[in-house]
Amino acid sequence: MQLIDQRTKKIMEECKERAVDAGLDVGGETLEYIVTNRDLLELSPKVMIPTLYDYWVHDIEVIQGRGKYELYPSNPYETVINTRPAISFYNDNNPDWLNVMIFYHVLGHEDFFRKNTYFRNTWDIDFCGEALSDKRLITKLRGEHGRWVDYVIEFTRGVDNLVGYWDELSRNDRQEASKKLNKVDFFFDIFLQSVAEFKNDNLRQQIYLKWIEEYNRTGGKDAFFDAINNTWPEFTAKYNNYLKEVPRQKLDPIQYIMKNSRFLNEDKNSWMKMVMEVVRKTSIFFQPQIRTKIMNEGWASYWHEKLFLTDDRIKGHEVDFARVNAGVTAMPRVGLNPYALGLRLFQWIEELGDTNKYSWKYKSLSNAIERKNFNEGASRGQELISTIRENLSDFTFLSTFVDQDFVTRNDLFVADRYLDEDRRAWVWYVKSRKAEDYRQMLFDSLYHPPQITVNEASEVDGLYLMHHFEEKPLLKDFIHNTMLGMEYLWGGPVFLETTEVASVAPSEKGNKPKVTWQRVVYTMMNKKLQKRTL
Amino acid sequence: MDKEAKRLYRRFLKRGISADQKKKMLSEINTGGDHNFLPETPKPVPGLYDRTYSDQSRLLELYLEPKPTLLLQTIDDLLAKDKQREKDGFPQKIRIGRLVKPGKNGQRVIVVPATTEEKFIHDPDFREDETGAGGQGKGKEGEVIGEQPIDQSEEGSGAGPGQGEGENHEIEQSAYELGRILTEKFSLPNLQEKSKKRPSTRIKYDLTDRHKGFGQFLDKKASLREIVKTNIALNSIDPDDIDTEELLVSPKDMVYRILSREKVFESPAIVFFVRDYSGSMVGKTTQLVASQHVMIYSFLLYQYEHLVESRFILHDTTAKEVPDFFTYYNSKVAGGTQVASGYKLVNEIVQKENLAAEYNIYIFHGTDGDDWDAEGREAVPELKKMIGYANRVGITVVKHGDSETEVEKYLKKSRLLIEQPKLIRLDAMTVDADEPRLISGIQKLISE
Repeated sequence: MQLIDQRTKKIMEECKERAVDAGLDVGGETLEYIVTNRDLLELSPKVMIPTLYDYWVHDIEVIQGRGKYELYPSNPYETVINTRPAISFYNDNNPDWLNVMIFYHVLGHEDFFRKNTYFRNTWDIDFCGEALSDKRLITKLRGEHGRWVDYVIEFTRGVDNLVGYWDELSRNDRQEASKKLNKVDFFFDIFLQSVAEFKNDNLRQQIYLKWIEEYNRTGGKDAFFDAINNTWPEFTAKYNNYLKEVPRQKLDPIQYIMKNSRFLNEDKNSWMKMVMEVVRKTSIFFQPQIRTKIMNEGWASYWHEKLFLTDDRIKGHEVDFARVNAGVTAMPRVGLNPYALGLRLFQWIEELGDTNKYSWKYKSLSNAIERKNFNEGASRGQELISTIRENLSDFTFLSTFVDQDFVTRNDLFVADRYLDEDRRAWVWYVKSRKAEDYRQMLFDSLYHPPQITVNEASEVDGLYLMHHFEEKPLLKDFIHNTMLGMEYLWGGPVFLETTEVASVAPSEKGNKPKVTWQRVVYTMMNKKLQKRTL
Repeated sequence: MDKEAKRLYRRFLKRGISADQKKKMLSEINTGGDHNFLPETPKPVPGLYDRTYSDQSRLLELYLEPKPTLLLQTIDDLLAKDKQREKDGFPQKIRIGRLVKPGKNGQRVIVVPATTEEKFIHDPDFREDETGAGGQGKGKEGEVIGEQPIDQSEEGSGAGPGQGEGENHEIEQSAYELGRILTEKFSLPNLQEKSKKRPSTRIKYDLTDRHKGFGQFLDKKASLREIVKTNIALNSIDPDDIDTEELLVSPKDMVYRILSREKVFESPAIVFFVRDYSGSMVGKTTQLVASQHVMIYSFLLYQYEHLVESRFILHDTTAKEVPDFFTYYNSKVAGGTQVASGYKLVNEIVQKENLAAEYNIYIFHGTDGDDWDAEGREAVPELKKMIGYANRVGITVVKHGDSETEVEKYLKKSRLLIEQPKLIRLDAMTVDADEPRLISGIQKLISE
């Protein structure tokens, strides 16, 4: 692993100037390293962070990677890691023109890391440096406690997908917004929203409007509150309670165990908490990356294409570029390519901005011809995509912009297959061209860990985990070992309340099979797992 | 200390020298002969202008240390750690995985360790409603856009020409490795009877014969012995003070090893893998049988140090021999089942090629337990014939349900399992068996 040579660095710096002129924020100094394929095999289990702590599962993945590489040699192009200064890795055998394209792609990523709001807790972090000190800490602890360090890493990693990423993300916001609402705002923003009678949206709107009118009529004076008190006598008490409430920091399962486990808080075991904190921090650090994959790749692809084509240094390589670029950004006939999808969405959004189609006026049009010819020449495309890349994540990105116009324009569809027994083949067919189906298919492919929290109100003696069910059961095979690890860290019995399939009624003509659910509790006690139905 | 100087010193000592001289000589000998000449190029002085210590490169080097590979462990280390887990009260986690790349010229197998990091995750197989995959391009809703064979590799089986030696060897090498790991990790038994080491027709050349006077490789120890003998005969050796310098060496004393023809002794094994490929053997059953057979093959390969030949036989109502494991694994038909046909073919091959005299013979049969010949009227006699020459017959039944299958029934009735427990074994498992179950199955089939 070595820095790129001075000549290539010069090319990179020139790319940077052009990128900055085009409006990207690449944040000053960057480091570029040449790596061999072998280096990459060793880096990828560590999520490309060269200084990440050592762990035997990484070693297994490296050995596996070598085996895979022997069977299927491949040349990855580039990788960027989100740290200050930004570090990127390159293959050593790229021609200059390809490097230019890759540099632009990398600069796109670096801008995204620096601007997208989901990364805001990582903006000031030199993660490689932090990881290095964590690695040294773990090496040192390993010297003192041997393999037990690896057990603690393993068991903490068992629940590192349940970390409170969103809580960490919103903590800064919460501090700013911690001042209390006044009585009127409390009524409209909190109280009225939570009143039980509003089971459906329509009713809610009607009643909300009714109270707005009431407010306007009385001018928000005492008469208004009297009216409220007549309807809901408990309102004043509720408001007083609200004023007294101190917002509490929500603890994710790892934090909860660290704080409350008697076992961990014994003097001889307190080193374990350091290890757990390292694992938790690392997991939180990678969370925004996995939640913005389509946007991030789309953004980088958008910029490498745009900047490469306007770069005068590489005239004559347009055809080479077209071949490589098509390989990266082509939509496959069947399957998903985050680069391609993200790129098309950003190009689509740019067009929406340029024609001003991203507006109330356009959305309220129903005449197909008018919609088609709609163009107000607003030229706000660039501005719009910049805002989008700052404020959305994959989920909001897809749910906002994958609409029927987009799906139709790009000839997208949901494909499915059935088994043809006679021909012994899977037959693929177009299942749906509806935007909502396509969007649902995309949502299903997004990262979504189950929501499991500690139920502090539970009266059982032990750690009681609550799975907030979203019509998706947990993978049963993994429950045993995960809970075994938690029992060790907690130093006592662990409970998991979740929902499982009770029975499936066979499907009747065309209808999907009907699933009956039941709530169950798993108990891990003395390394034995038991299940009981609630 | 210089040997030459030491010898001289001893010689002087014999003649008798003063204590003063002795001290001087010793001190000279012991200085080690280093006169502290200056090295040819001066060492760089660390400092402001030294390139190797310049700030930038230093800092950057620091930044990426330590290398990610610093603590990389080998498979063996990892497995040793995994064993330790059991003692610490946690289940083992490392499984032996196989990467397989099918190709026109046979397949390549690479053995790698594998593990899963369990977490609470949504069950990826659970879908109330199949959402399908993404796609792009022309085609109306409902239109078929293409098809994909279930076994994409079916036509690419390794029967074609040009099956390179090297590649085969590679499979064998990694299978050997798998066998070694299986033996060590899962404490599979070492086969006691490696018996019947017999001279084969193979010949190898080795430096085994000794020859006086000339040859390819000087045997120092034997030569020295001859020299001592000669010198004792000449009376020029004093047992109390041997000075090798004084010894006489005759050319005939030098003993060499020379290249000579040797017959190779080997205890070769031949393994017959017999698999039911009838219609009922879809999916998991075939997979289980095939992966168990891969492991058995690897295990025997290790035990017999590569001297294993394998033959692959498929049967439904009739049996056929196929050339390689790849075809063995991938073939499917939708026929009925007649176990006897497979056994009959094995017996025929053994008889025709006169294998029983030359080889240790193992036969492993995988089936789902269905047999149209439900009484085993044909299968049992064939089995009996088989037991006459085989070292071990191992039958794996992968059951679809819990009830006893036909094969199990007639085997039980024949009492072969009880009468000949050393020669025939049966292992019945259900289709949801996992890898540890397969391995304990192997133990059952193979153990003494």
